[in-house]
Amino acid sequence: MLEITSIEKGIVIDHIPAGYGIQLFNYLKLDKADYTVALIFNAFSKKMGRKDIIKINNEIDIDYNFLGLINANITVNIIDKGTISKKVKLEVPTTVTNIIRCKNPRCITSIENYFNQQFHLVDKEKHSYRCEYCDDIVVPFPR
Amino acid sequence: MLKGRSLIDPSDFTREEFREIFDLAHQIIENPEKFNKSCEGKILATLFYEPSTRTRFSFEAAMLRLGGTFIGFSEPNSSSTAKGENIADTIRTIECYADIAVMRHPKEGAPKVADQYITMPLINAGDGGHQHPTQTLTDILTIERLKGGVENKTYGFCGDLKFGRTVHSLIKFLSNYEGVKFILISPEELRVPEYIREEIIKKKNIPFEEVEKMEPYMGELDFLYMTRVQKERFFNEEDYVRLKDRFILDNEKMKHAKPDTYILHPLPRVNEISLEVDCDPRAQYFAQAKNGMYVRMALILKLLGLK
Repeated sequence: MLEITSIEKGIVIDHIPAGYGIQLFNYLKLDKADYTVALIFNAFSKKMGRKDIIKINNEIDIDYNFLGLINANITVNIIDKGTISKKVKLEVPTTVTNIIRCKNPRCITSIENYFNQQFHLVDKEKHSYRCEYCDDIVVPFPR
Repeated sequence: MLKGRSLIDPSDFTREEFREIFDLAHQIIENPEKFNKSCEGKILATLFYEPSTRTRFSFEAAMLRLGGTFIGFSEPNSSSTAKGENIADTIRTIECYADIAVMRHPKEGAPKVADQYITMPLINAGDGGHQHPTQTLTDILTIERLKGGVENKTYGFCGDLKFGRTVHSLIKFLSNYEGVKFILISPEELRVPEYIREEIIKKKNIPFEEVEKMEPYMGELDFLYMTRVQKERFFNEEDYVRLKDRFILDNEKMKHAKPDTYILHPLPRVNEISLEVDCDPRAQYFAQAKNGMYVRMALILKLLGLK
């Protein structure tokens, strides 16, 4: 069993669906971090089978909308003095702004992009979103 | 209150607000002279980034018949768009010169973007394969004049239901009314987009069928809305050629329709309705085109807050 030491002060993002850890890692720009970060792929999970985990040994601002967009079952634990000081409950965002892009080649956002790129939740179960401009429906992070 | 508002999507106005527009359109048809000075001193800007005959002419004719005038372009190469200007800058500039604007654009959502940057009323005159709300006003006015109202009727839509923006707008509008049923006739590849099926038709529990043959359903319909398979919406010419002649309405097929089943078409037509059908009194697409001018007159008046 691979062991990653616990952190003193920072954030643990757990229960990330396997395969999405790297996307989250890149979105949070953790490749540029000058503090310790662990990205764990395919950890064993009783609930999920396999999961990804990110441990960040620093306090950083996190866009919880993006996490909720990937999966609202992701757990975020804020760590202080080596123990969990706060658990953040995620929700599936009803509107997401400037996180995903529309893939419809007929959408105005394919040629002009100086305005907010907004999507609205269509179906919580299917995890589908509708583009504000062309109404195209996308599933940004398929389950 | 419609004064100062924009019409980008059929869901922008309530049923009551649409009622105001249709009531005024009926009044204009009865007595057009009464309104021939209503827009004196007002300027309509027509921004057509995509070719159009009926829609542009009907807006321009509508403004002229109201005593106003118009400025604009009928293809983007004759505007600053050719120099790379974005929509936001173009519309903000036009707002300096005009009182109200109309925009047609090949990209879906373009009028919605433009509307975020101005305070004058903006009318979506068709955005890609997405929406065409003033064609819907035209269609509804025609339906009202033929059958008195839109409720409790079966509507057939035939042809390109995927990219047919007039179909999307009309379905969106009709879905707010009781007793409507849709028969959606198209090849599998050209069925209505998912957001229309899931978000509008299914969510509002409207009975509908998606079918690939016209004849068996002709006898059920109160209106048959024919559409052209639009070459300009296809990225692949082969797909267009394969699908364009799939549905052709002719006198033989009209025999299956009821004596009061009316045929509508947003025009232009290519060959999806045979010329022989034009002589059938149930063919109402040219009357529809005329109604388009009257209902656009009513819309302009309402958005400018004029009488």
